[in-house]
Amino acid sequence: MSMPFYVSPEQVMADKAEFARKGIARGKSIVALEYQGGILMMAENATSLSKVGEIYDRLAFAGVGKFSEFDQLRKVGVRFADTKGYAYSREDVRGKGMANAFSQVIGEVFTREIKPLELEIIVAEVGDDRYEDHKENSLYRIKYDGFISDHPGFCAIGGNVEEVESVLQNDYREGMPAGDAAKLGRKALSAGAERSSELDADSLEVCILDRARTGRKFCRLSTDEVQGMLEA
Amino acid sequence: MPFRGSYQGSSFFELLQVDERHLLPDLSAWAKSAGEMVPHGTTVLAFRFGDGVLVAGDRLATAGHSVASRDVVKVFETDPHSVMAISGAAGPCIEMARILSVELEHYEKIEGEQLELEGKANKLSQMIRANLPAAMQGLAVVPLFAGYDTRRKLGRLWKFDITGGRYEEAEFDATGSGGLYARESLKHGWALDLDRTGAIKAAVTALTAAADEDRATGGVDLERSIYPIIKVCTSAGHNDASDDEIAAVYRGILEARAAGGNL
Repeated sequence: MSMPFYVSPEQVMADKAEFARKGIARGKSIVALEYQGGILMMAENATSLSKVGEIYDRLAFAGVGKFSEFDQLRKVGVRFADTKGYAYSREDVRGKGMANAFSQVIGEVFTREIKPLELEIIVAEVGDDRYEDHKENSLYRIKYDGFISDHPGFCAIGGNVEEVESVLQNDYREGMPAGDAAKLGRKALSAGAERSSELDADSLEVCILDRARTGRKFCRLSTDEVQGMLEA
Repeated sequence: MPFRGSYQGSSFFELLQVDERHLLPDLSAWAKSAGEMVPHGTTVLAFRFGDGVLVAGDRLATAGHSVASRDVVKVFETDPHSVMAISGAAGPCIEMARILSVELEHYEKIEGEQLELEGKANKLSQMIRANLPAAMQGLAVVPLFAGYDTRRKLGRLWKFDITGGRYEEAEFDATGSGGLYARESLKHGWALDLDRTGAIKAAVTALTAAADEDRATGGVDLERSIYPIIKVCTSAGHNDASDDEIAAVYRGILEARAAGGNL
């Protein structure tokens, strides 16, 4: 009878983390930032496959890494949110609960399965002015191992996240108008893309959670709308 | 909650059927007399006109011979371009409207695009068919579904039977206990080329006629300021008739009656 080789748990986890990080490092970046009227999410994405999506009235999702994996996770999130909102009330679907549920699923796959999920996601929740305890925006970032963190102001995920974050750290101001937020987002993503010229509207996917809307606050912007924001 | 659910498709109704059975209770085990005990919605109507569709419903719900509610809502926006109006057992009806509206939003979020108007009507008919065992026990759901078809650029409406049979109507229809009288009124007052004001007038007149002949239909209640719900759906989305608009039309009817008209 052959004995399996002993591998320490530390080594298993380190190997999985290394594997997941490699998968994510290949991808492009996404930024999410709060602006005066809500939250703006911008991805470097020239394809028609969306990396940013709507989850619920005030919740949006963004993912980097393996498309099939994070898109599946987004759908699971939509099922979770719609069922919860149907069973309770629409106001009971909150960002923190959603982010925790994502983190649990991702963390569980990381521990139990041989192959971890090669992804990193952002869950964004825009504030609602109608209720005193719903006014704040929230941004949660969840990593491939389920590690969850919240980020006041802005948040970035993806391949060259350090470069992207350093631009945001230097230039981000609270209460920016939408146009400024879009320009900052493009500047940050362009830094991550290591290009000499800035990214153009065609290669950006931009969605906003617009505080001023009633009901579903998620809105996908067309290339023309993005162009308009960047030129204004 | 379905974070570990087995359902992988894009329908919310099927998701409930597969993974969240407890949220879809089976009402078919009720005794037949149960139908008498629960509130019933009465008259709703819908018709096509000039630039879209109009859907209207009175506000009364009855249980047997008693008033269950004077201001129940029986007309629901299921998404920005569609409306569902219900008559029958109020509980299952209102729940079905809720599920349909989540269904349409759910599909859009999962698939990234909206269902066709016909697809929405078809989904509703499957939901009605699933309710057939309960309908046989007196808990029938008999809705009207209408909306603006953004691709064909016209208003469309469907009526249903309890088996999920789906029938597209080219002109108008009304269901519920006062439906017959509302249809009779629309036969005279309706025309395809009505404008918004004319459409609202035809709807209020039909509901008033139904309330006149059918004791379970509410009509306009000026004393309590309870007005029918009238939703107008066009390419621009929904636009409800205001209480003032409805009251003005109704006062006109009352004046004509006082002057000896036979309205």
